[in-house]
Amino acid sequence: MKKTFKLIDLDCANCAAKMENEINKLDGVEATVSFMTQKLTVSAPDGDFDGTMKKIIKLCKKVEPDCEIVM
Amino acid sequence: MTRKQKKTLVRIIVSAVLLILAYFLTSFVFEDPDWRIKLLCFLAPYAVIGWDILFKAGRNIAHGQVFDENFLMCLATIGAFVIGEYPEAVFVMLFYQVGELFQSCAVEKSRRSISEMMDIRPDYANIERDGELVRVDPEEIKTGDVIVVKPGERIPLDGVIISGNSSLDTAALTGESKPCDAEEGDNVLSGCVNLSGVLNIRVTKEFGQSTVSKILDLVENSSSKKAKAENFITKFARYYTPCVVIAAALLAVIPPLVLGLDWGDWIQRALIFLVISCPCALVISVPLSFFGGIGGASRNGILVKGGNYLEALSKTDCVVFDKTGTLTKGVFAVTAVHPDKCSKERLIELAAEAEFYSDHPIARSIKEACPKETDKGRLGEVKEISGHGVEAIIDGKRVCVGSGKLMEKDGVNWHRCHKTGTTVHVAEEGEYLGHIVISDEIKPDSEEAIKRLKLLGIRKTVMLTGDSKEVGEEIAGKLGLDEVYTRLLPADKVEKVEKLLSERDGKRYALAFVGDGINDAPVLSRADIGIAMGAIGSDAAIEAADIVLMDDKPSKIASAIRIAKRTMRIVRQNIVFALGIKVLVLVMGAFGIANMWEAVFADVGVSVIAILNSMRAMKKTEQ
Repeated sequence: MKKTFKLIDLDCANCAAKMENEINKLDGVEATVSFMTQKLTVSAPDGDFDGTMKKIIKLCKKVEPDCEIVM
Repeated sequence: MTRKQKKTLVRIIVSAVLLILAYFLTSFVFEDPDWRIKLLCFLAPYAVIGWDILFKAGRNIAHGQVFDENFLMCLATIGAFVIGEYPEAVFVMLFYQVGELFQSCAVEKSRRSISEMMDIRPDYANIERDGELVRVDPEEIKTGDVIVVKPGERIPLDGVIISGNSSLDTAALTGESKPCDAEEGDNVLSGCVNLSGVLNIRVTKEFGQSTVSKILDLVENSSSKKAKAENFITKFARYYTPCVVIAAALLAVIPPLVLGLDWGDWIQRALIFLVISCPCALVISVPLSFFGGIGGASRNGILVKGGNYLEALSKTDCVVFDKTGTLTKGVFAVTAVHPDKCSKERLIELAAEAEFYSDHPIARSIKEACPKETDKGRLGEVKEISGHGVEAIIDGKRVCVGSGKLMEKDGVNWHRCHKTGTTVHVAEEGEYLGHIVISDEIKPDSEEAIKRLKLLGIRKTVMLTGDSKEVGEEIAGKLGLDEVYTRLLPADKVEKVEKLLSERDGKRYALAFVGDGINDAPVLSRADIGIAMGAIGSDAAIEAADIVLMDDKPSKIASAIRIAKRTMRIVRQNIVFALGIKVLVLVMGAFGIANMWEAVFADVGVSVIAILNSMRAMKKTEQ
């Protein structure tokens, strides 16, 4: 499944790159974080998409605590 | 400015005032003050401007993010406090915040102007309900509904005009500024702006399937396909910061320990390294340039599916064209009328009348070319001779219209034509009257397109066609193409493109294939860059191609390549400029020539300049 989320308060391009890098380390997950469009695109296996998203949110908080993912 | 940015601005001002005050106090009011008083005076502005950075640094370290720019700034400024450079410590933090604010405004602004430019999303649709016109969300409209579009409004969904006529501004879709006329029965596309009359439109596609949604989707997803240059930069950033920080540590420790030099001096040099260690300028400006380039292209009616394709396009040195529908119009038209014994008008009139009942494309083009309305009353018996032509009685006379074979069968003394194309001969009562040549017309800007490609340094232009050798070679000669391959089946086209692909130096150059999307999808996806043209409405082409030209002008290919080249130039400028300044200041810092000021400039100043530079990528090109 592929889904796009809006990101709020994504302030630095380097953080976006770091976030993307961290998310892509997850098994079977492919993600892009676009600093320009302030969007996160995730494609992950259908089975446990919500679980994956929870992990992703945690990772993003770790890299950039100010940035929020709009679900 | 957002609220967050305004808050930062206030803090900057307060901190600046406090800093001036502190400077005034320590220099003039207290005579030779104690270091503790001095520290206290400067800590006040520092706290105002730097508390959030300190806080974030602490928090991020707790999260295991060590080389984060907040932490580095804290380290640099606290270090400055430790070695007794109080005003400098505050200044660096203040400047850093000013730079960040400026940078955030610049990014915000560019982001907004790009998305504004691409904003063709209609906000509402007018629909009649219970006799009243109401505004509804375009997503609520179903196919078959009738919507009303008033002058000045954007057409929200694709459909057919059922009443009214108007002129439409298609600039948002095609980049073409000349309005086009639309009347009852015409298909209209969402995204166009209705300029003059009220239109009633029967919707044929739901919003999600409408042209406007497809375009928006395509452009928004384009930033997920990253160019090599972008990937290089993110990878580079990952190593750059740790390297610079390690270098800073070595710089602070080794010279004093090994050579016994002054600790304070070398620690200060190390702090300069820390300030420069953030790779933000690069990480922002490169994707921003691509984003701008893609935005600028879409304003010209060229949709690019990703930064990687823009990059590949800039390396194109060989362009392969499909003939029909790409370089030629793909519709047959009368290109020459050669009468032997009668007037031109009479020749074409006779042919058109004889072909009156025929629906063959050739017959249709003859009828279209006939200036007079054909008169059915004059027409007697009509006999179609399959594959050869027609035999008709017109005004009581027997008229034969068709191929040379038909003429021979009738014993007519006919002759060939020197022009290539399909020749239709006309004979009346066994007497040869002349012939009409029908061929596919070359698009008006095809020749210009090839010329412009040559000027842009395209080494080879090739045409592939399923048409006959004579026709293919004549068109290729007229347009000045380098190579032409004729009589190709769709599968042969793939083979030819593969051969051309194997001949080129794949690392340095790319091959682009241009087609109209009709049965050349395999070739479009096989080439390095597949360009589909005239793609409005053709889903298969949008799917298979990497770059989509909204209208069917081949000259847009040259514009696309120009935009790609300009974007890559800007990307390279930014990389070289940002890295150059950083390395320069690093070297100067190591030798003790640069101070904190230059270091802050090398960090945020460079970012801002790089952002401004990358905005040039979205400029609309002149035709």
